[in-house]
Amino acid sequence: MPFMDSLYNAALRMTRNPADAEDLVQETYLKAYRAFARFEEGTNLKAWLYRILTNTYINAYRAKKRRPEESDIDDVESFYLYRRLGDAERASASRSAEDQVLDRFTESEIKDAVEALPEQFRMAVLLGDVEGFSYKEIAEILDIPMGTVMSRLHRGRRALQKRLFEFGRQRGLVAAAESTTDG
Amino acid sequence: MSEHCREVVELLYQYLDHELAEEHRIVIRRHLADCPPCFDVFDFEVELRVVIAQKCRERVPDTLVSRVAEALRQVEAQGAGPEE
Repeated sequence: MPFMDSLYNAALRMTRNPADAEDLVQETYLKAYRAFARFEEGTNLKAWLYRILTNTYINAYRAKKRRPEESDIDDVESFYLYRRLGDAERASASRSAEDQVLDRFTESEIKDAVEALPEQFRMAVLLGDVEGFSYKEIAEILDIPMGTVMSRLHRGRRALQKRLFEFGRQRGLVAAAESTTDG
Repeated sequence: MSEHCREVVELLYQYLDHELAEEHRIVIRRHLADCPPCFDVFDFEVELRVVIAQKCRERVPDTLVSRVAEALRQVEAQGAGPEE
């Protein structure tokens, strides 16, 4: 079955639940099979399957588990994680590279951070940063304008970085900048 | 941060996303080569993206593969093949 790995991956991040993710993937392949005559030869099969997946998700799963969108997402600055790690590093005078902190995040922390994103941002980040679709492909999959794709991606990335920084702090990967400034 | 840095940082995500025209890519590439602070931001964002893509991977359960294959076989057997 083509692309099942990435479809299952996205389904799991969207539904946050293995049983729902499996149903979603199965439904996607069944719909794709029935609609295959409408698939245009030579166009992007992976993007087409993702479009079916996201539409199915939106119609079947979103209605029953709607979450309020986070309102503070706009307050997060650009390159949040890099900047905050830099501040913490300067404050603690430990010259560990920011990149090293990244390697210490566990799989479940990264997944949790993605799953914590409000849905429309989560989809944009999954399609862009995990699956590597272009802005144009994401626009087609989600049926939204390119400008909206960019704004959701950027805002989603900022929110994701903020969450990761919080995880890092909770686990002590990052020194709390405030408490070490006089050292 | 210079005015030029600000402009580059503004376009950094589009640069990383390979969504900039070549004329703009060249300007950014040159700036990154000459400006260590901007290069650090760029480098970190590249690394973060790799980490996210690598750690957000799932193995498809074998049961799902057989389940979907079976569902497709049933649809086919019922004669409800692809629409014309």
